Amino acid sequence: MSAITVGEFNTAQLSGGQKLALKYFFVAIVLFAAQCLFGLLAGLQYVMPEFGYEWLDFSVNRMVHINAMVVWMLYGFIGSVYWLVEEEAGTELVGLTIANVAFWVLTLAVTIVVLVYLFVQTGPGEIETIWFINEGREYIEAPRWADIGIVICVGVFFYNVAGTFTKGKWSGISGVLVLDLVALAGMYLAGMFYTSNISMDQFWWWWVIHLWVEATWEVLVGCIMAWGLIKTLGASRKIVTTWLYIEVALMFGSGILGLGHHYFWIGTPEYWLSIGGFFSALEPIPLVAMVVHAVYDSGVHKFKNGNHPALAWLIAHAFGNFFGAGVWGFMHTLPQINLYTHGTQWTSSHGHLAFFGAYATIIIAVIYIALQKARGNVFMGAGLANSWRWKWSLVLLNVGVVGMTMALLIAGYEQSFVERALEGSSWSGYFAAQRTHWFLQGMYWREVWGVVTMAGLVLLIWDLLTIGAGETRSAPELIEEPAAA
Amino acid sequence: MSDIPKWAQEDFWRKMAIWVTAGMFVILIVLTFDSVAVITAGSDRVPAYNVINNRIYYRMDRERAIQAPVIGDEAPLFGKMLSEEEAQAMVSHGKLTVQAKNCMNCHTLLGNGAYYAPDLTKAWLDPAWGNEAIRERMMVEFLMDPNTNARGYGTGRKMPNLDITEEEAKAVVAFLKWMSAIDTTGFPAAFPSIAQEGDL
Repeated sequence: MSAITVGEFNTAQLSGGQKLALKYFFVAIVLFAAQCLFGLLAGLQYVMPEFGYEWLDFSVNRMVHINAMVVWMLYGFIGSVYWLVEEEAGTELVGLTIANVAFWVLTLAVTIVVLVYLFVQTGPGEIETIWFINEGREYIEAPRWADIGIVICVGVFFYNVAGTFTKGKWSGISGVLVLDLVALAGMYLAGMFYTSNISMDQFWWWWVIHLWVEATWEVLVGCIMAWGLIKTLGASRKIVTTWLYIEVALMFGSGILGLGHHYFWIGTPEYWLSIGGFFSALEPIPLVAMVVHAVYDSGVHKFKNGNHPALAWLIAHAFGNFFGAGVWGFMHTLPQINLYTHGTQWTSSHGHLAFFGAYATIIIAVIYIALQKARGNVFMGAGLANSWRWKWSLVLLNVGVVGMTMALLIAGYEQSFVERALEGSSWSGYFAAQRTHWFLQGMYWREVWGVVTMAGLVLLIWDLLTIGAGETRSAPELIEEPAAA
Repeated sequence: MSDIPKWAQEDFWRKMAIWVTAGMFVILIVLTFDSVAVITAGSDRVPAYNVINNRIYYRMDRERAIQAPVIGDEAPLFGKMLSEEEAQAMVSHGKLTVQAKNCMNCHTLLGNGAYYAPDLTKAWLDPAWGNEAIRERMMVEFLMDPNTNARGYGTGRKMPNLDITEEEAKAVVAFLKWMSAIDTTGFPAAFPSIAQEGDL
């Protein structure tokens, strides 16, 4: 092993799983940039509708925007798990070679899918289009061949993770993590079939989308958060594990039947109005628990930590998750209001803050933890050279996304009033709402805040490439707090 | 730790997590069996595909206090009565076309999708098609040549030409007609339907 120099980027000091994790993080950030770029293009089309007409239509930009997001977050999660699995299990990764092969296969598949989205775009109304071009179902547009590839690669990932824990040791965090991965992979299968019945289609489609985003992904980030607080603060494993169990009970206790809030208007029985309304109204509770947990643990340690950017992003995650997923979701989850907000910009307001707040933030935190190690456990505390970069990227990204959220919310309020309440969702009502100055101002401001977000991302990428370079101090040793005072 | 109350212990919450998750999942499975039966085509809420042979209304149901689809007398789509199998094949071709042309990344269907273009749930019943005598023809012409027939109502937005064939366009219309007959528990609310024969 080569000598470790603090501050120098050197993968020789990393384990096999950690090197693989860095590859996943690299692709994740590339796709994050693609998400923001195509989001800006799609947003631009609201204010300049002639832009891209018939060569890069809104549907294409929007599809790449949301697919890049889903895939970069999955890459971020997979990378995070590969990063922590060996340390958590206390042994080397099982099946490293096949894990690397799966990474390249998955990345090749993603590349082909994106190129086909951009250059082929659509196909004839035949089953072959669904298999080879575009499935045409929001968020899971990937054609069927890619679905099968994804399932195989996720299978390899699961084998690596479960195998490593089985060979090494299990913990509370790893137990929850592995069971959650089983559910996460299993849900994807619910989206892999064709039916002519749109109600049936959407019923199972929500099994994938909701039970991922509002259940299994949340528990996955709960595991990452638990591990992250141990890593950054030296929090007690016993305490974070207990919190993790509480979060799982509350998350699955509310989120599984919270699925019902997507079953209000798709032809499904009316009992879903009560079940979906009630349980989805409870969904913010575990997110409050996560805020309390993160802030309490940070407070107990008087915010003394070994990695300032990572802890800052973990705190951003706790609040972003609560406000974006919790508060913004709750605002329009009851059927009495959802009848008027369903399918309006209100939803995209919620989507922007929730996906960023709940998921983008925590993946960025883990990447900072990984980079610290990749640079020889370099110091990342107060007084770090060029720390303005991580601070300003954090500010610009958060302010940018919150700005977009507010602009879209105003547009959504207006759309709900004019199109839904006044005009009853006719086509002329839809366009009447789209023409009003409130709506248009919302769209202009969304684009402005989108540019701010993009600036934050550029700064983030610069910081990720350079943070810790030239620093010679090592990170301080964290002493794990005793389980009970 | 004996000084930690039971409700704050790790072991207690591990068991809670397992039991709550398992319990909720079992309830979801039971409800899924029920819901899947209710939304299988041919039920009260999701009609059989040959409903496209009939006139479809969207009327206020005083008892439920919401608008609901009402199946009227015969009004065959494109003047041809179809068997259930023929109707399903046509609706299915329409839905495949809707997926293949990525409609959902501009439009919403049953309120789900993107928000750049109008919701299609009740597109078949939209007053924008003028009257029921010309509706089918207008819909097909629009789908095949959205450039010329663009109606952005002053927003400047236009549907792109997606190389939709006549057969595909007719199938999409069949799919839209069938979808408009799904009981969506009053979504969209206060929808002003196109004038049709037999209107009250």
